[in-house]
Amino acid sequence: MSEVVTLTIDDKLVSALPTKSVLAAAKDAAIDIPTLCHLEGLRDRGGCRLCLVEVEGNPRLMASCVTQVAEGMVVKTQTERLQKYRKMIIELLLAERNHICAACVMNGNCELQALAAKLGVDHVRYDYLCPDLPMDASHERNVRDPNRCILCARCVRVCDEVEGAHCLDMMGRGIHCNVITGMNQPWGQARSCTTCGKCVQVCPTGAIFKKGATVSEMKKEQGFLIWILDGRDKKVWHWAR
Amino acid sequence: MTTQNSKVRLATVWFGGCAGCHMSFLDIDERLIDAVGLVDIVYSPVADIKKFPDNVDVTLVEGAVCNSDNLREARELREKSKLVISFGDCAVTGNVPSMRNRLDVKNMISELYAAGPGAAPPGDVDVMPVLLDKVLPLHQVIPVDLYLPGCPPDPERIWTALTTLLKGEPLDLPPEMRSFG
Repeated sequence: MSEVVTLTIDDKLVSALPTKSVLAAAKDAAIDIPTLCHLEGLRDRGGCRLCLVEVEGNPRLMASCVTQVAEGMVVKTQTERLQKYRKMIIELLLAERNHICAACVMNGNCELQALAAKLGVDHVRYDYLCPDLPMDASHERNVRDPNRCILCARCVRVCDEVEGAHCLDMMGRGIHCNVITGMNQPWGQARSCTTCGKCVQVCPTGAIFKKGATVSEMKKEQGFLIWILDGRDKKVWHWAR
Repeated sequence: MTTQNSKVRLATVWFGGCAGCHMSFLDIDERLIDAVGLVDIVYSPVADIKKFPDNVDVTLVEGAVCNSDNLREARELREKSKLVISFGDCAVTGNVPSMRNRLDVKNMISELYAAGPGAAPPGDVDVMPVLLDKVLPLHQVIPVDLYLPGCPPDPERIWTALTTLLKGEPLDLPPEMRSFG
């Protein structure tokens, strides 16, 4: 039995360990698939659906971050159909909450904003829902603004999987889904929060930010995640960084 | 005046926005002189022309559609323009003016002016344009041909778009020139 499988991604032969996801195999082969909820170091959840790919023989589109590679698999990542759906996803995200880029702490550094530009979303075809969502500034250091939240759950996962506090979670279904702190308390009263700040750094938008930051001032540093995980799990410390 | 007639007839319109997009347009600096050689500005808040003219080639619309006046003028300019461009984030997305959309429009004027700080504006409130229930992006009111996002779109973006269109080429801005915000 071979220890690697060979698959075809965008007409390119790619070898990968059988435990890898299609997304990881594509990345190793320098094939770019857009993502939002994926973050190296966190468990993948297939939430944002931007990494959808076509797999030959399967009529359904597959989220490449949670699809394992297989021998002989033929994958397409950039078809017209996929690009159409990816644009729709971005537009729906922008329409669902109040993403006013010009008045956002992450303006210029936001992953959603950058992806919209990259994928050619220059306007939104859907009605904006303009929900009335209160911010939570009760925490001593950080602010949570659900108006910018895309429910990628990076914050939830980093809090649970890396910090081990599980202060953040999701509550409600569909349009009522929201990130909560503690038992849906104000963040400042949630005793499980260790104030580590990991959620701030992994958040791709302005949904969690440092208190005091104003328009365009927030920039997230996500390199810490691999630093911590490699040190903890592999005893490899990237001191030089 | 045949040279005059061969120029592209350009209009710029200002709805619910801060005028930043128009300021950014002026920030193309000395290229304004080149622009004047290529286009006739037939209607604009900086030109003080009272009525939107007929047979306009390109209309840049800054600002979101906020009230009955904006709505009426949007329909008029669509009828009279060949190409309508949503110019800047307010026209494209609603942007900052649309932040009022979560509030009830009914008492907005009286709460802001009558009950708010300072003196209420003189005269009859009824003479003012009626606020729409929701602030809307331009393309939800009239068909829009092109989008120039940005808050404001920076001068390079505007100049690139303008010169591309004047050459009669399709506008396909690179990613760094089509971001919101």
